[in-house]
Amino acid sequence: MNPNRRAPLVLVMTVLVYFFLYAPIFVLVTYSFNSSKTNIVFEGFITQFGDAKLVDGNVVQSPCGPFHWFCELGKNKEVMNAARNTLTIAFISTISATIIGTLAALALQRYNFRLKAFSELALYIPIVIPEIVMGIGILTLFSQLFNYLNTALNLTGNLRLALGLGTVIISHITFSVPFVALVVRARLAGFDQSFEEAAMDLGANELVTFWRVTLPMLLPGVLSGALMAFTLSLDDFVITFFTNGPGSTTLPIYVYGLLRRIITPQVNALSTVWILVVFTAVLLLQWLQNREVKS
Amino acid sequence: MSDFAVELRDVVKTFQTPEGGSVNAVDHVDMGIRHGEFFSMLGSSGCGKTTSLRMVAGFEWPTVGEVYIEDHPQGHRPPFQRPVNTVFQNYALFQHMTVAQNVAFGLEMDKTPVNEIKRRVGEALAMVKLSEMGKRSPRQLSGGQQQRIALARALVKRPKVLLLDEPLGALDLKLRKEMQLELKALQREVGITFIFVTHDQEEALTMSDRIAVMSRGKVLQVGAPVEIYERPNCKFVADFIGDTNFLDGQVSAVDQNKVTVFVPRLNNDVVGMGNGQLKPGDQVVISIRPEKIRLSEQSTLNQNCLPVRITNSAYIGSDTRLEVEANGVKLKVWEQNHISTLDPRAYHQGDQQAWVTLFPENALVLPAE
Amino acid sequence: MLRKLRESKSFQGTLLVTPTLIFMVGLLIIPLILTAIISFGQRSSDGGVIYTFTLENYTRLVGFSTSCDNGAASCFDPLYVNILWRSLVLAFQTTILVILLAYPLSYFIARAPAKRRNTFLFMVLVPLWTNFVIRVYAWMMILRTQGVLNGVLGAIANALNIPFAPLEMLYTPGAVLVGMVYEFLPFMILPIFTSLEKIDNSLYEAAADLGANTFRTFFRVTLPLSMPGVVAGTILVFIPVMGTFIVSDILGGRQVILVGNLIQRQFLDARDPTFGSAASLVLMVMTLVVTYFYTRKFGLGEEIIIA
Repeated sequence: MNPNRRAPLVLVMTVLVYFFLYAPIFVLVTYSFNSSKTNIVFEGFITQFGDAKLVDGNVVQSPCGPFHWFCELGKNKEVMNAARNTLTIAFISTISATIIGTLAALALQRYNFRLKAFSELALYIPIVIPEIVMGIGILTLFSQLFNYLNTALNLTGNLRLALGLGTVIISHITFSVPFVALVVRARLAGFDQSFEEAAMDLGANELVTFWRVTLPMLLPGVLSGALMAFTLSLDDFVITFFTNGPGSTTLPIYVYGLLRRIITPQVNALSTVWILVVFTAVLLLQWLQNREVKS
Repeated sequence: MSDFAVELRDVVKTFQTPEGGSVNAVDHVDMGIRHGEFFSMLGSSGCGKTTSLRMVAGFEWPTVGEVYIEDHPQGHRPPFQRPVNTVFQNYALFQHMTVAQNVAFGLEMDKTPVNEIKRRVGEALAMVKLSEMGKRSPRQLSGGQQQRIALARALVKRPKVLLLDEPLGALDLKLRKEMQLELKALQREVGITFIFVTHDQEEALTMSDRIAVMSRGKVLQVGAPVEIYERPNCKFVADFIGDTNFLDGQVSAVDQNKVTVFVPRLNNDVVGMGNGQLKPGDQVVISIRPEKIRLSEQSTLNQNCLPVRITNSAYIGSDTRLEVEANGVKLKVWEQNHISTLDPRAYHQGDQQAWVTLFPENALVLPAE
Repeated sequence: MLRKLRESKSFQGTLLVTPTLIFMVGLLIIPLILTAIISFGQRSSDGGVIYTFTLENYTRLVGFSTSCDNGAASCFDPLYVNILWRSLVLAFQTTILVILLAYPLSYFIARAPAKRRNTFLFMVLVPLWTNFVIRVYAWMMILRTQGVLNGVLGAIANALNIPFAPLEMLYTPGAVLVGMVYEFLPFMILPIFTSLEKIDNSLYEAAADLGANTFRTFFRVTLPLSMPGVVAGTILVFIPVMGTFIVSDILGGRQVILVGNLIQRQFLDARDPTFGSAASLVLMVMTLVVTYFYTRKFGLGEEIIIA
């Protein structure tokens, strides 16, 4: 008895909602092949290959054919910079947050200490406050702190403290750590300590035990946490918005900036590429996970 | 050098309860385990046997008192600095390593040269008869095989003492009995001191050179299996090991080891063996094992012969287990079926009249609790 | 020192958690405290902060401004109160709509055969992994006067020979609502799915066996058991909606200003960090209050963690 068959309303709603979820993406991707430069109305695909030719605001010919805007994207230095920044920030903050968060998870799951309740509360805060409140707070901290330090230590030129990659990375670590800690903690909860006792019994001290036994067995959880941190960082807009400076633009910030200026199908091309990359990465992950499950 | 490989001297271990109080899991325990013996700690859960074992291993530290290994006080030494190794109840084999890597782990920690590791791992696996399993993952092994690998992993380090924490608990009955004999043989072969924790008294009796019976954090009695069984020093031990009959009474006369006890419910005196410290007037309980009671058609004219009525009878094959009653007092009597016959008259049945003899040598007089 | 470390488990714990505490205290708690302090300060002429204690920012928020147009000592300008109210209303509307749309879908996936469930879930998550900003932009393309929606509607109207004038959809509160619903829909689907999935099939069978039809089974069995998911999802939706400014910025233009936009502008355009901090603090308190009462009534859903 398939309960869904007995409730056509559910089925209809489901289809509608899926449509609702995917229609914008479909529109987005389609328009990345738009021949119209102003990208307001879809004027059709670019069909002719050859040197770039513009007619009435429509690109009728391009060396890349219908993929014209993707090529333009490739030539766009700003995009490349933003992409590089985004990845750099994501990698550094992920690695840091994973290490810090894993240690915290160990502490909270296995030990009792005076600051325990406080730590748990502190880790819970980023989840319950709106991102903008956190962003504003960090911006305020940095701006007041930098102002004070710059004048007090008389810093000039290159030494002047300012918003940039460093501040963004630090902020990303801050909002990622609670999620890593949460995921790793869940994994730790089901972890049998007799393995660690066995290792110590056989002669491994605490550090060796952690490195050779605890961590390998904890790895799936740690990797999950790392993946989560990576995704959060790649995607982040609000916090990055308030903590970045010139030269540390990330892709989301860049797109936002574009939206307020000129919108060509290049933005769509960027979106399409982004979607493809994420999609592939996720498929890859699923495939890897399936392989692990089988063995 | 003392006799003892491991010693616990007045050890106390206190734990905090969630409600805020504290409980002594191990309560002033003194134990001496001799070199090369198979020593078991026996008791039901919560008696402190596992905690005591863990204190020898180094996973817990005594709140009061000291653990000595080869006469060296261990203090707060962590497990990896102690010359003992543990076989865990759930085996704790490292799932992310192969069987051979598991066994090699302890040797790696000792910084043993690679060639020697290979050789000794091979020897260890051969000793537990699992030489071909080296490259497998622990997940691929059966329970019994995992248990033997856990054993190999601990023994390959040639520890002075091997600690085993209910290692056979997860195995099915048949396998368990096989492993009991194997472990005993292995211990004799290797010659190391084994400290074995179990709640199964039959297991302890089968394998041990000496047993320590524990309850509620205290050691009640230490002795060879035969001592524990035939000469329990208190009611708990008599009850915990094997089956027994209890008769409450009061000492009316003492003549060296022979103690005359008046049993109110039988309205009669019963003579038994005491521990030499009883005096007339003491409240006592007589313990007599079912297989030691003699059932006969006629009175044997012994001091302790009573007329009884057989109320229940169960034929087990090798024995007949009977329940008899005298004056409302129920006694268990086990008779071995010596003769192979189908004649029902050879096997006592219910509702028959008979006499039981509680031979004084078999009647142990213990202090009442 | 190593011995002390080894012996004291609580010292070990403290050591492990120290890096986390550095980040949490330094970049979360201290900034929040700083925000609070600054909200009581005054704006300096160059957009900086004068550290004093004044309630001016808060009174301004509530509506009592000291600098009035007609020179009066104080006047009531409900501008900011309206903004706060509008944000609350929008958050509620979004949450309700999201629940209505998410529930059937979650139900469908939860009761689908186990093999297919992952695929369906995956399909829900894919849009989520594209970037937030990009998704909002997509709606801009759809809702524009010459956008996709108008194009489709126009084509239909032409086919049916009905006169059609393109709808002004962009830069309206409606557009912002649609954008918010779209952004946060997956965050409601996942928790509701999680709690629905936990309902053993045998419960439905038992209900049917006892005489309940589909309708009553839903209201008496399914819905109550799925409440933890709904609660978790509500928290995951309500709080961010209150603070989002991109959606209202891109889809609402200058017409729709929410608390998020207010705060953003104070810090960037108007350069009044004290006022912005006050607004930020008020926003945080509001969300905490709502969360507190909500979880007290409905309980905290562990579905948050799983989602």
